[in-house]
Amino acid sequence: MNRLLLNKIILILSTLSAFVGIGFLFWILVTLTYKGVASLQLTTFTHDLVEGGIRNLLVGQFTMAGIATLVTVPLGVMAGIYLREYGNATRVTSIIRNLSDIMTSAPSIVIGVFVFAFLVEPFGTFNGWAGAASLGIMMLPIIISTTDNMLALVPKELREAGIALGGSKHKIILQIVLQAAKVGVTTGILLSFARIIGETAPLLFTSSNNQFFTMDMNSQFPSLTVSIYNLATYPDEASRNLAWAASFVLTAIVLFINLVGRFVTRSKHL
Amino acid sequence: MGGRLFKDFSLFSATLSLFLLIGIFAVLFSYAQASLHEFGFNFLYMEQWEIGEDDEGGVFGGYIPIIGTLLTTLIAMVIATPLAMGIAIFLTEIAPAAIIKPFSIAIELLAAIPSIIYGMWGLFYFAPIVQTLFGGNGVGLLTAGIVLAIMIIPFMAAITRDSMNTAPDVLKESAYAIGATKFEVIKDIVMPYSKGGIIGSVILALGRALGETMAVAFLIGSVMAIPQKITDPTTSIPVLLANNFAEAQDLEMSSMYYLALILFVVSFALISMAKVYFMRKR
Repeated sequence: MNRLLLNKIILILSTLSAFVGIGFLFWILVTLTYKGVASLQLTTFTHDLVEGGIRNLLVGQFTMAGIATLVTVPLGVMAGIYLREYGNATRVTSIIRNLSDIMTSAPSIVIGVFVFAFLVEPFGTFNGWAGAASLGIMMLPIIISTTDNMLALVPKELREAGIALGGSKHKIILQIVLQAAKVGVTTGILLSFARIIGETAPLLFTSSNNQFFTMDMNSQFPSLTVSIYNLATYPDEASRNLAWAASFVLTAIVLFINLVGRFVTRSKHL
Repeated sequence: MGGRLFKDFSLFSATLSLFLLIGIFAVLFSYAQASLHEFGFNFLYMEQWEIGEDDEGGVFGGYIPIIGTLLTTLIAMVIATPLAMGIAIFLTEIAPAAIIKPFSIAIELLAAIPSIIYGMWGLFYFAPIVQTLFGGNGVGLLTAGIVLAIMIIPFMAAITRDSMNTAPDVLKESAYAIGATKFEVIKDIVMPYSKGGIIGSVILALGRALGETMAVAFLIGSVMAIPQKITDPTTSIPVLLANNFAEAQDLEMSSMYYLALILFVVSFALISMAKVYFMRKR
């Protein structure tokens, strides 16, 4: 009966670990919601950091992530198109594919160090462009990989039908292949946006932070996540509460985008 | 004409990521030159981190942050690996169909929470518990390691589950038909089938843990000291960079780049081993 007992033990342990995992999710989300909602006020959204609000931080974080997205999406999607539609199965493609796959897991702090060297140090000041560049560099490999994978799912018959109609290669890619992969690619973009909007490490010494409202990308730029890091370590209660409120808002945004992404994909593939 | 331009632009975009990677490596390497020349490979086991008189020169060794990085990662892996395997087994072999979906989504959401949230939650809610149970200041190796584990579990579990799902049902059913228990099916059918993916997921999680900054920054204590006990505060490469990089000068700055280079090379090696060797797509 030993093997039946062993079986039971393993199954119970596995089930237990699943509940431990879920337990932590709830623990984190519940404390975050509890502390966050308690600290949220209407003025949190209408005031800047200097007056105890997060308005400038939200605008700053979204501006940097938005610029990163605007620049990275066309580059990433085009790179994915090259890998799958033009250079598929060549040696160079397989190298680029592997390297950009590896880049998706590169330590984010190192990207900050890299950007510091050529966008902060030469100009002598932290700036919004450097922050956006860091986020863009984090985002690029993710978009390349998802585009590449999503285009791979498009059946080759669709491409052949396009060729039979006499379409040129780039027309087929733009009007048939990309159309068919639209939902998947969009989801990938959404999820990568959710990932970079919550990044802190690559912003610490690129955009740094700003207490005041600014749209001047050449100066220190307000960041929600960097502010959370600073505020949480201040000793006074008000700063900590603001950190909780900001964390709650940030997590709500990130999880919301993730759920939207998942929902969009599911409704398509059923 | 337009087609030509389109193709060229796509090729340019694809090679851009290649140049970025080379660029990162080249920048880190060239900025680390001063420190590389001064300390060479001794850097790896020199314990001092002292700025010289009048900010000139100084002695900088990477031993403490390197050890801190390795120890927090080790603690995290020891805790996370069995739990992540358990979750993956639960999701592929045990859970009733109705709860697989919500459970999977919950685990993936756990993976999407920004690391700074883990750090802050860990500092205010988890550190006091560790302090009560194990003593110390609350912040230190153990707290950082445990919270790091919580952070990498969902990531590891999700990839492990995906590769366990590749074991064909026919094989599993045949094993059940000759009287195998669930554990035996997992051990003798699923595991051999998904071995590569599982090892890959563990190495990927390891790479992620090594480079994790924010969760650890809140919890490791950020002290340039060799830990004597598991609850002692110390520092790690990403945390040292996060807190001191921007203010560093000259040789200290170069030593910071040296540390970043070490981190980059090690994680690059680990991740490429995991992705190219163990998780090669068929």
